[in-house]
Amino acid sequence: MSRQPPEQQAPPVQRLRVRYAKRGRLRFTSHRDFSRAFERAVFRAQVPMAYSSGFNPHPRISYAGAAPTGSASEAEYLEIALAQVVDAAEIHALLDESLPEGLDVLEVVDAADLEKGGLADRLVASRWLIDTGAEETRAQSAVAAFLAAESVTVERMTKKGLREFDCRAAVVSLAVAEAGAAPGRLRLDVVLRHGVPSVRPDDVLTGIRSLSDLDLGGPPLLTRVEQGPLDEATGAVGDPLAR
Amino acid sequence: MPSSTSASVFPRLEPHLPTISKPIQYVGGELNSTVKDWDCGQQAGEGEHGGPGQTVRWALMYPDAYEVGLPNQGVAILYEVLNERDWILAERTYSVWPDMEQVMRTGDDQGPIPQFTVDGHRPVRDFDVYGLSFSTELGYTNMLNALDLAGIPLHSVDRTEDDPIVLAGGHAAFNPEPVADFLDAAVLGDGEEVVLAISEVVREWKEQGRPAGDMASGRDELLRRLAVTGNIYVPKFYDVSYAAAADGGGIAAVTPNRPGIPHRVTKHTLMDLDAWPYPAKPLVPLAETVHERFSVEIFRGCTRGCRFCQAGMITRPVRERSIETIGAMVENGIRKSGFEEVGLLSLSSADHTEIGDVAKGLADRYEDSNVSLSLPSTRVDAFNISLANEFSRNGRRSGLTFAPEGGSERMRKVINKMVTEEDLINTVSAAYSHGWRQVKLYFMCGLPTETDEDVLQIASLAKRVIAEGRKVTGQNDIRCTVSIGGFVPKPHTPFQWASQLDVETTDDRLQQLRDVVRADKKYARAIGFRYHDGKPGIIEGLLSRGDRRVGAVIEQVWRDGGRFDGWSEHFSYDRWIAAAETALAHTDVDLAWFTTRERGYDEVLPWDHLDSGLDKDWLWADWEDALAVADGSSDVEVEDCRWTPCYDCGVCPEMGTEIQIGPTGQKLLPLSVV
Repeated sequence: MSRQPPEQQAPPVQRLRVRYAKRGRLRFTSHRDFSRAFERAVFRAQVPMAYSSGFNPHPRISYAGAAPTGSASEAEYLEIALAQVVDAAEIHALLDESLPEGLDVLEVVDAADLEKGGLADRLVASRWLIDTGAEETRAQSAVAAFLAAESVTVERMTKKGLREFDCRAAVVSLAVAEAGAAPGRLRLDVVLRHGVPSVRPDDVLTGIRSLSDLDLGGPPLLTRVEQGPLDEATGAVGDPLAR
Repeated sequence: MPSSTSASVFPRLEPHLPTISKPIQYVGGELNSTVKDWDCGQQAGEGEHGGPGQTVRWALMYPDAYEVGLPNQGVAILYEVLNERDWILAERTYSVWPDMEQVMRTGDDQGPIPQFTVDGHRPVRDFDVYGLSFSTELGYTNMLNALDLAGIPLHSVDRTEDDPIVLAGGHAAFNPEPVADFLDAAVLGDGEEVVLAISEVVREWKEQGRPAGDMASGRDELLRRLAVTGNIYVPKFYDVSYAAAADGGGIAAVTPNRPGIPHRVTKHTLMDLDAWPYPAKPLVPLAETVHERFSVEIFRGCTRGCRFCQAGMITRPVRERSIETIGAMVENGIRKSGFEEVGLLSLSSADHTEIGDVAKGLADRYEDSNVSLSLPSTRVDAFNISLANEFSRNGRRSGLTFAPEGGSERMRKVINKMVTEEDLINTVSAAYSHGWRQVKLYFMCGLPTETDEDVLQIASLAKRVIAEGRKVTGQNDIRCTVSIGGFVPKPHTPFQWASQLDVETTDDRLQQLRDVVRADKKYARAIGFRYHDGKPGIIEGLLSRGDRRVGAVIEQVWRDGGRFDGWSEHFSYDRWIAAAETALAHTDVDLAWFTTRERGYDEVLPWDHLDSGLDKDWLWADWEDALAVADGSSDVEVEDCRWTPCYDCGVCPEMGTEIQIGPTGQKLLPLSVV
């Protein structure tokens, strides 16, 4: 008897798009950690997932634009493909119940109700809040210096080695936020356009400090608050799940 | 011990987490993990003496990295058993990687950050009992590092009322002598019941206001109460004296030094595994770990009688879980964990009396789902192929693993693992013809009486395996991986007297084998070869059969920076050699004395006062049988007492236990569709 080809799985009948948050201590979950936890959660919740074909079938989940390990997020997105048609609200409740506290499902929408186009194509930019211990006047002038620059080259260690790139062009807007930070903390509000190489909020901090030597007073807390289409006129980040 | 309050150190850790590797391993929050109130005992009711109910607090440690420690079944079971009691709190702690260690030692304005639990991030020193599970001796330096990070004095004699009881369990605890100076107590055998018994003793002592009784301190009184049960070994209540160099330098005597302390400490055996269906709330980590599956222990113990195997000697007798309990545990476990792979664990899983029905029943149940089943630790026989086929109905037939252990038939007789070459060839032939493409074979190098020729026969065996596979499949793309580990003689086995093979000869034999495999172009590419050099094995040997004098070596290695000795990238043979030379310099013994020296019948072994139930004379007779088989003067085989009459190894009468096996005649019923 020779090796049998694996059974082909039926194509998915429905796709759901999910917005979720990474909060508190679970912001230290890496993207790989999250995807494992999510696969187990859909299994525990007995969500009727569509599976990939092959010897090692996997539930069909597409992730888009995951936040770096250690940063919190209120705007992470993924898409799941299902083998049965289900009610999005019901899946929302089941998934939220199955995921550990700190990985929280915020919204579940049937992709068929949205305009045509892939989820990743709608995630064009992100808005980040960066909470630091910086002093306000110095931060204001550092931000001004950064914005005045044509380009700001930074280095970051990536999986492919040390890479050097410009972190200025991706910045759509950057400002010291007027409110929202905890007492004694200073918040930066930045909108970043996604691109290659992808510029992260910590790259922007590195860029700012390369120009101005701003003291951040310890490791900053990064939180992605919005991710979606970019309104080029206003610089606002839209809702990728808006109908 | 025991602070009435215990604050989380998480706020102190958090600012550093973005800068260290894999921070998720330090944050806890695993699915099914438990964080209880520090004073949960107060809510549980009044104490017997009218005061508020006391809480007994355990910090449980698997002394290796989180990714290895989290999936450990022993710790997971005890964590659950303890936390089920409303007056006991148990949290987990693991070894931190060097980058985290540096952060903790550097600390902040409050000083160093102490060793913490991942559940409540509480300092380990705040707990009543600090329990460590040792499946391997190579975790000893990690224990010293954790004690030091915790702010607990390294040596038991230096600890005070402010320190927890440091307690070791696990297989390595069957000879805890090398770490005796660092431990307050050790437990032999199954932990489920004894951790509760210990908790009762601690609770009563705390309720009584931590009395000192006739002892020097309250702490000693607590240890005395534990020791007099006969199940808990307290090393400091035993004096060890040594013979003069002229008389060999070995142990002269081990003597209790306090009234009422038993001469021997006996292991604990859990009977009726069906009454203890744990883990029932499997821990599911966010971090990646070495075993990404839910495991059910289908039986405990093994009486196959392989002479090298410590696990098979110290866990006797065989106690099976029934098919119904296994079925219920599997279903509960996957539903609560979300794991899609289930492992049926034991020392030799295909030996369960109803394994065929278990396999078929589970395969039927999960036929249309993506749940996969695996059966680690199987023996070489064709029956296992049909089992493996059941377990892979979905067509995924990547690899099968068998462990003939010895390369030649003579060697396999010496270790009492009776697998003929024909058995092996028939088995792999069946495997290849059923669509399996890769077979892994495990062997040991350095077994007693082994010659170069015995090891070189591994190569001919592997070639025959490939040739057979090519023949039955008509294809060339099949593989065989040969994995070789160095043999380390272990306490409480018939080979406990054996000489361990030295590093040079081990490495030379492995090199010869490798050359022979590579030289044959027809097969070289189809045979993968994996082995470790002999160096870690010799150190493991020192720690396995060492006595209390070895403690100084371990401490020196830790002081010189030794940690994570089970990891080849962290292990340093030179550091161990240097430490052994310094720390044993003032003794009459050395590394070779502990490792490559064969012991005699009359020698007092460091673990003789620790009772695994095995009759030492039976072990000796079995050792002599092995030597007789080796030179061809005898052909005796020890059979499995599950199916043949008792051969008086001593365990059952000594421990008051008996073999518990099926068949029950039950079948697994299909689950109703949800």
